[in-house]
Amino acid sequence: MVNFANREALQAYRTDLDAENTSDKKLISLCSGSGCGAYGTANVHQTLMDALKKSGLEDEHEVRLTGCHGFCEKGPIMVIHPEDIFYCQVKADSVPDIVEKTLKNGELVGKLLFKDPADKKKKYEKAGEIPFYKLQKRLILGNNPLIDPTNIDHYLAVGGYKALEKALFDMKPTQIIEEVKKSGLRGRGGGGFPAGIKWATCAKHKGDRYIICNADEGDPGAYMDRSILEGNPHSVIEGMIIAARAIGGKEGYVYVRHEYPLAVANLTIALDRARDIGLLGNNILGSGFDFDIKISRGGGAFVCGESTALMASLEGKPGRPRAKYVHTVEKGFREGPTNLNNVETYANVPVIVNRGAAWYSSIGTERSKGTKIFSLVGKVANTGLVEVPMGTTLRQIVFDIGGGIRKKKKFKAVQTGGPSGGSIPERFLDLPVDFDELTKVGGMMGSGGMIVMDQDTCMVDLARYFVKFLVDESCGQCNPCREGLKQMMDILNCICEGNGREGDVELLEELGSTIQKFSLCGLGTSAPNPVLTTILYFRHEYDAHILHKKCPAGVCKPLFHYAIDADACTGCTLCAKKCPQDAVVGKKKETHEIVQEKCIKCGICYDGCKFDAIAIR
Amino acid sequence: MGASTEIDWEKVNGIIGKYDGNKESLLMIMQDISDLYNYVPPEVVSVLVKKLDVKESLIYSVATFYKTISLEPRGRFIVSVCTGTACHVLGADKITDALKEDLKVKEGQTSTDGLFTLEAVRCVGCCASGPVITVNKDTHGGLDRSQALKVIEAYKQQAS
Repeated sequence: MVNFANREALQAYRTDLDAENTSDKKLISLCSGSGCGAYGTANVHQTLMDALKKSGLEDEHEVRLTGCHGFCEKGPIMVIHPEDIFYCQVKADSVPDIVEKTLKNGELVGKLLFKDPADKKKKYEKAGEIPFYKLQKRLILGNNPLIDPTNIDHYLAVGGYKALEKALFDMKPTQIIEEVKKSGLRGRGGGGFPAGIKWATCAKHKGDRYIICNADEGDPGAYMDRSILEGNPHSVIEGMIIAARAIGGKEGYVYVRHEYPLAVANLTIALDRARDIGLLGNNILGSGFDFDIKISRGGGAFVCGESTALMASLEGKPGRPRAKYVHTVEKGFREGPTNLNNVETYANVPVIVNRGAAWYSSIGTERSKGTKIFSLVGKVANTGLVEVPMGTTLRQIVFDIGGGIRKKKKFKAVQTGGPSGGSIPERFLDLPVDFDELTKVGGMMGSGGMIVMDQDTCMVDLARYFVKFLVDESCGQCNPCREGLKQMMDILNCICEGNGREGDVELLEELGSTIQKFSLCGLGTSAPNPVLTTILYFRHEYDAHILHKKCPAGVCKPLFHYAIDADACTGCTLCAKKCPQDAVVGKKKETHEIVQEKCIKCGICYDGCKFDAIAIR
Repeated sequence: MGASTEIDWEKVNGIIGKYDGNKESLLMIMQDISDLYNYVPPEVVSVLVKKLDVKESLIYSVATFYKTISLEPRGRFIVSVCTGTACHVLGADKITDALKEDLKVKEGQTSTDGLFTLEAVRCVGCCASGPVITVNKDTHGGLDRSQALKVIEAYKQQAS
């Protein structure tokens, strides 16, 4: 590929690309993000390519493996252009129908269309009409379905690297910083610190400056950054080069978690392509500015999402945080001034530079500008990645876009902010989601993980889950975190096993308060949040466990048992057939019974009963 | 699996060379070696001390801090059950229990035939497809107990 020596060469190339794109080929976009990958996209792709070849249709169709489309519940996803036909849950055996009916004859394959969960007769033909997509504002993820992340041409064709040209030739570094400040962009990794101010402060400190991207994305349940890196890595690269230009950076690093091999692979290809055409390296586009980016992989440590721990890890050491009397913008990586931003934060930068701070800051709320991507997961009908303007309410996200709770169960809570956040109950569903509103009720927006829970989730068990996670992930340096969390875990274990005592809740609150105040780093200071918010809003569940030795949600095995409701049971024998322990007895059309001594409380009968006849007692 | 591993020094030196012998890349170098042998053999540790000019204590410090590095041999198939919040809420515990029973191991242990090591992984980022397990580089999503066992059965067949 040609190395573009100057801006004009790049612009001419883009013009050529535009001319080529008016071809007659039908575009078939097949989502190949990790989520759909786990559902078998590779198989679908191979079958489709073989079928097109066999039917002689390969010259009329371009099959493009793209990044994450976001509607992960319904993967594998295929979108056929220009009609915008949206097919979901596409398997290899769906391919013959797609080829025969849709590609050859322009007819739709009904069973692959998205059906409204509330009205199964209503089918949606076009991606843009589906409420899941229609109600979103996809500034950052919008290009994913059109781009093959391994092909830089696709990014260029949607206007990629125009912002970089502007930043290199039309703006001074101080002007770029001003624009980012005016936009109101705040860090998307969870901290919410104003990016422009961070950049300005870093730029003031002398020394070799480092531009680092935090792609550790440690919050379990969050995968926004993965989808950006896998699906549109150039958007992050462009953002980082612009930041480097603004701040005066020498070297860049993307610290990616080890568990994201596809993100590492696609980012590696993207960096190579960018380097090939002269957008990274020396004298970028003839501007005289030098900058390059390397990838560094994490090692499975959640604490390495914390800035000082991440930098220690980058230096080849164990990821132990340090106290931040001196901020990393002054002394960070290799003791030099370091700018660390999240993946989504950098991806917002080209958008801001292209469209201007005034336009950007018109989206969102007073103190939270732009859009935010959420990973909406758990017991919600439409799981996937949702990008909405800041200020959209929880209800709109969970119900209007998310389709509400699956299997007609009842909403209980939504957990946001990962292990640092809180569980928000039903009465706060109309709160707007931004950096500040959720903190008023003890939660936080966090990096974007939004886990929806229903009546079958035990909030005490959830608190225990988060504490156990943090006990394992604690670096162990400071007493409050290392010892305090372990004590909290022991208490919660006792409670869940039926050995809770009066006063345990108050003890958890006292421990929590100490850990919050005196831990060395953010992992520790935020660790008690999940426990404290569940105590605040679900105290009745703690009381049930401690005072009555009962788990109302049917999760803590020593504190409940399954029993068949004689009034509801029809004797269909389904539970008896499915039970792995042969613990259900009964004749056909007669009330069945669970033999408690054999029952291991695996829940298969409860999940499978079509008559709600299995009760939790 | 009990005997010491045969080291291909050309490959090991190749890995160190790929990172220019840079001590900052210690974690990634050990991960690449781990990809070769499923663990970091002790003989390699002493070579790393010399070639990267680092203390042995640092190598052990890094190897024991990060979960992805093992200093002990692991099975041919590393089965990681995702224990992220979404997977947890969707029933990852039941998958772990089923696999523990089937492979007759505890978490972190390797089956007696040396085929499978069962681990818990924090979050692979396939949260909408939960519960998820990875077996080496393959990801399997949308599982329940019986489907997870079928996945393992397929690998057992592959091994025989």
